[in-house]
Amino acid sequence: MRERVTAPLAHRAALVSIALVLAFLSFWHLATRGSAPVAIDSESARPPGAPASQRKAVMPGPLDVAEKITWHLQRPFYDDGPHDRGLGTELGTSIARLGAGYLLAALVAIPIGFLIGASPLMGCALDPFIHLLKPISPLAWMPLALTSTNDSGLSSIVVIFIGALWPMLINTTLSVAGVRREWLSVARTLEVGTLRRTFTIILPAAAPAILAGMRISIGMAWIAIVAVEMLVGGTGIGTFLWNAWNELSIADVIIAILVIGIVGMVLDQILARLAQLVTFAE
Amino acid sequence: MSDKFISFEGVAKRHPAPGGGMLTVFEDLWLAVRRGEFVCVIGHSGCGKTTIVNILAGLEAPSAGTVIANGRAIDGPGLDRAVIFPSHGLLPWRTVMGNIAYAVASKWPRWSGPQIRAHAGKFVDLVGLRGAEHKRPAELAAAIKQRAGIARALAIEPKILLMDEPFSGLDPLSRGALQEDVRRLCLATGQTAFLVTQDVDEAIYLADRVVLMTDGPDAILAEIVENPLPRERLRPDILRQPLYYAMRGHIVDFLVTRSRTFLAEVGRQLDPRHVPVVRPRVRDSAQAAASSAVRRGVIHTSKQMS
Repeated sequence: MRERVTAPLAHRAALVSIALVLAFLSFWHLATRGSAPVAIDSESARPPGAPASQRKAVMPGPLDVAEKITWHLQRPFYDDGPHDRGLGTELGTSIARLGAGYLLAALVAIPIGFLIGASPLMGCALDPFIHLLKPISPLAWMPLALTSTNDSGLSSIVVIFIGALWPMLINTTLSVAGVRREWLSVARTLEVGTLRRTFTIILPAAAPAILAGMRISIGMAWIAIVAVEMLVGGTGIGTFLWNAWNELSIADVIIAILVIGIVGMVLDQILARLAQLVTFAE
Repeated sequence: MSDKFISFEGVAKRHPAPGGGMLTVFEDLWLAVRRGEFVCVIGHSGCGKTTIVNILAGLEAPSAGTVIANGRAIDGPGLDRAVIFPSHGLLPWRTVMGNIAYAVASKWPRWSGPQIRAHAGKFVDLVGLRGAEHKRPAELAAAIKQRAGIARALAIEPKILLMDEPFSGLDPLSRGALQEDVRRLCLATGQTAFLVTQDVDEAIYLADRVVLMTDGPDAILAEIVENPLPRERLRPDILRQPLYYAMRGHIVDFLVTRSRTFLAEVGRQLDPRHVPVVRPRVRDSAQAAASSAVRRGVIHTSKQMS
């Protein structure tokens, strides 16, 4: 057998990926050929007086979607009233909510995780509650959030907070409780105080697992926010998607799905990079 | 004073046993270590060797008795004692220099950064790690890591150096080289050192006195063997000395048979405060395998420091 000279795996994989995209787009194009092009302006496309639900949704082709994307890119931040805002504005609102709920969750989950992880008593005492609360879909809290805050924007932040809380809390607790005894012994023999031990031994030792929890959390939060915004309306990428559906603007629905995917991927990659920074080899 | 730099006084360790009741690891342990002395404890797994070194380090509390070090009862870990851990115990997110500097900064919190680095650098040189000081532990071979562990322990200039099977994870060649380094550094500074090991040759090369423990549970300190080899000794040389074989024969004989039977044979009459002190002699080496009656001749139960 002769050794064959081949391009690096990454290059070959990229080629296959591009081929798959082209194949998918071709199939999509052929499957939707002949269907009526979707009107650029969904508002004017609606026949006067006809309710949205009575019109038939038409599956747009890739070229229609591409055209719509160009349209959005040209005016990302326009504002024509509560049901017609630029994609950028809606996305910005969603990301701001995500950031608020997520940071709040981190500020609560990481310190509390440290306390629970460092105290076997609290760890055992709180364990049943964490396991009871963890499997509850963050959306289930929506009515309670709405009742107590009376504000849809604030409620969605509360829901994001709850959705993002558990993975961070559980990972922090486990990683703090699992810091190698030897490293703690090193700190003890060097008479390192509690505060210095927390920041120079426990935090660096637990950081990779904490970041892994934060990465899961941001994915959970991003999934939750789309659903929350579809539920409560108002603003945000979820609302944009739901409005597009109500207007039977399927091209906008497809664009919203694409944008949600891209933002989710970028957020995940940011957290992955951060995790790499604190990861250490043993 | 220098006679009893470290003094174990009636130290015992008991754990709750799985099936209820208490499991005694070791009982009524008395041992004194002189200033500048190198003492090795040797015994089988489960005799509580690691517990002894942990009690001395202050990482574990004894169930009974006290340990006095440098005139003060030990009630926790302290910077007067440094520990070389079995698997180096370096912090993997810090470089070699970072690990040593961490210890130095813990001992002298008021020192400035350059002062800390200069001091740590001295110990990097001392163990021959110059060139590797900016590497992280994961990038280094096991022996180099343990070298860094030794440098970190010595960098805080401890009154007592504690070692818990520090060379057990290393290949034989690096183990020998590290033993030579440890002996050289301890001798040069008059370091009081306390090491537990299962390696007979390691104990003979390093120790001034070797402490023999019977098998656990219910282990006792059975015997103290004075090392007859000259204080200036080279590792390749000791193999050519008849005294080495006398010493080795005596210890191996203890570990293989007597550590199990000791308690039943003489344990009852043993005064834990004055355990027999043995100094192997050349003529006994030929008879190392002979009956214990012959060996009893070499045991001059001289009073252990009282």
